[in-house]
Amino acid sequence: MMKTSIYTFKIKLFAIALLMSAFATAQDNSDSTIASLNMDAVYERPFITQGKLPVAIGGYLEANMIYAGEEGVNEGLSFQARRLTMFMSSSFGKNLSFLSEIEFEEGGHEINIEFAAMDWYINSGLKFRGGIIMNPIGAFNQNHDGPNWEFIERPNSATQLLPATWSNAGFGLHGKFFKKGWTLGYEAYLTNGFDNSIIDNEEHKTFLAASKDNSERFEESSNGKSLFTGKLALKHPKYGELGFSYMGGVYNKFEEEGLTLDQERSLSVYAIDFNTEIKRTGTRFIGEFAWVEVDVPDTYLQEYGERQFGGFLDIIQPVYTGKVMDWNKAVINIAARFDYVDWNDGTIIETGGNIGDELIAFTPAISLRPTKQTVFRANYRYQIQNDFLDNPGAKSAAWMLGFSTYF
Amino acid sequence: MSLLVLGMVSCEKVLPGGPVDNELLDGPMSGLTIEQQNLFLKGDEAFGEIYTVEKGLGPTFVATSCSSCHTGDGKGHPNKALIRFGQSDHTGNQFLHLGGPQLQNRSIPGYAPEELPAGAPQAKLLAPATVGLGLLDAVSDETLIAMSDPSDLNNDGVSGKVAWTEIPDYVQLRPGAIENEGKYISRFGKKAAAYNILHQVSKALNQDIGITSVYEPIDPYSGMEIDPEIETVKIHHLVSYLKTVKAPTQRDENNPDVLAGEELFNTIGCANCHMPSLTTGYSPIAALSEKTFHPYTDLLLHDLGPSFDDGYTEGAAERSEWRTPPLWGLGLVKDAQGGDYYLLHDGRAHSIEEAIQSHGGEAENANSNFSSLSEEEKGQLISFLESL
Repeated sequence: MMKTSIYTFKIKLFAIALLMSAFATAQDNSDSTIASLNMDAVYERPFITQGKLPVAIGGYLEANMIYAGEEGVNEGLSFQARRLTMFMSSSFGKNLSFLSEIEFEEGGHEINIEFAAMDWYINSGLKFRGGIIMNPIGAFNQNHDGPNWEFIERPNSATQLLPATWSNAGFGLHGKFFKKGWTLGYEAYLTNGFDNSIIDNEEHKTFLAASKDNSERFEESSNGKSLFTGKLALKHPKYGELGFSYMGGVYNKFEEEGLTLDQERSLSVYAIDFNTEIKRTGTRFIGEFAWVEVDVPDTYLQEYGERQFGGFLDIIQPVYTGKVMDWNKAVINIAARFDYVDWNDGTIIETGGNIGDELIAFTPAISLRPTKQTVFRANYRYQIQNDFLDNPGAKSAAWMLGFSTYF
Repeated sequence: MSLLVLGMVSCEKVLPGGPVDNELLDGPMSGLTIEQQNLFLKGDEAFGEIYTVEKGLGPTFVATSCSSCHTGDGKGHPNKALIRFGQSDHTGNQFLHLGGPQLQNRSIPGYAPEELPAGAPQAKLLAPATVGLGLLDAVSDETLIAMSDPSDLNNDGVSGKVAWTEIPDYVQLRPGAIENEGKYISRFGKKAAAYNILHQVSKALNQDIGITSVYEPIDPYSGMEIDPEIETVKIHHLVSYLKTVKAPTQRDENNPDVLAGEELFNTIGCANCHMPSLTTGYSPIAALSEKTFHPYTDLLLHDLGPSFDDGYTEGAAERSEWRTPPLWGLGLVKDAQGGDYYLLHDGRAHSIEEAIQSHGGEAENANSNFSSLSEEEKGQLISFLESL
């Protein structure tokens, strides 16, 4: 039943995307760049070009120090070189462009091609994209560059609920439409996707990010079924941007060499994201919330939840704009982030008690932006995490001080 | 920048403090050498390790890690209850060919979990707390025999017998081990069917998680001997860890109600089985050797009457006989069981009072004495038990 509804939903979404693209072929495409959406984040980066070289390069680096403790145990002071990311883009031939993003995390402990795709521009409402695509679920997955954020840690819901920087080999289309100040964007992709590890992992919970360890997803689907990801986003400069996204498909390996291993098991993710600004005060609000549904075998452990929910809300308030040392247009912000993740929404079958497996965190922050491309950040993060049985939560906290900069 | 770093380090006061030591069940005992602390850490990591399909989980199983049944080293929750089945008397388990002695009631995708065979005698068991096990292990056989009174020669209504069992070849005998017709005294498990911690750990890995080892090489799913799915050294780390997890220490011990409750505990007969103090024999771990400690158990088998006869038995125990569970840590059990009490071997009692009133058989007198206490005295006794 669940499987049927997912396929129906996928077909409808893809049909909407195709209709929109058909409409786009007929519309005036004279204006295609004035309004950028979150989906444009991969291209909305500072690039450096040299002379008439058709290639532009860029990247960002982020590093920090952290002083952390949990439940009275002081973990001491550490220094973290979280990630070095390199971008390369080029336009070649008429209406063809390419962009890649390669990330080195923790000093090269992890090296990932997070994005490497070619775009074929038909008009602003219709572009084909193929390669290694960043699935447009929520907003953070596509807009994850460190310099864009006032917080050193990525949102928990983006890393622990959704798989941050989740990308896959695949193809699809995207585009934007403009009318009376409004911008409507869409994306629709078919890619490779998840695998059994989302319910067979060392996190002891349903954990979508476990599939990131499967590098074979860039070579072949784990089960021969594609993952559909679609997003609609609406923006008006006066009101902000609102996005709705969906990602779903069969995640498990259900057959091999014609033999049945298991029944097909589906996964669905629904997300809503937004960003807006109160013009008068400059206060910005950025948020994302996601709901995950996973078909977990009845014979499996209850620790692996069938329903998950989580999200984050950032509030950023500029408090000073002007000269700071040698920087004439520096901005100082105060900010706060609220994180919440419930990995397992439900009750324990045997007792009717509440299933815990929740995390809540609060992070106040101060940031200094000497230029638009660089941010110095000081964060204090306080977190409480409960286990499956909802026993008293483990309290942890951390001071973090660091920077993130495009180069 | 240096000032900021200094500022961060000096801000330790805003890092969250932890519970005081006697409010936690887990943690190392004091007096360990550096080497023993290293082994404790390795074993702690192994205790929390999650087994996946790739690591050998199942294909049928009960849990995916030690810590999922013994959360925070505490008593188990009904969500991870074990079903043992197939044996109702001393003729042995008649259902080994049908999956006995334990039901693996969960399975990895694509496999069906085990089902309870029709007509099989069974018992539901919750995992015990895994605290102070090294101390319990180090009590000499001689001490246990001295406490036993299988024929109730003193006529107090409480007998108590040691669990003479056959033990597997891989088990090393403890110093001063006493033999009786090829059998030795077991003391771990609800029915005292496991001789020592290595025996218990190897069986639990095999029957609970479906992990074979050099000690327990038979895959419970196929019934075939297969290659070990866990390194032997990791089992030894687990044993080291479990031997050196601290024993719970009493809280509020000077509270007048607690003191009065302790007195009642002794006078109404609870202490006849829940022996307040034991002393260890020699142990190569100095922190365990020749120590007096307070587990509130005699490690003996006692008949608790018809309501404790689940129809199933194992080891030397009769169906209604159970090894006296240690009461230390009783007041902290809720923090490992999601805030509620699930007491007795199968979690049937939801309060300490309910657990006491369930006792029968050799504990009938103690139960009657408890019933005759005033409400204030009952409260004092429960305050004492919650302080353990």
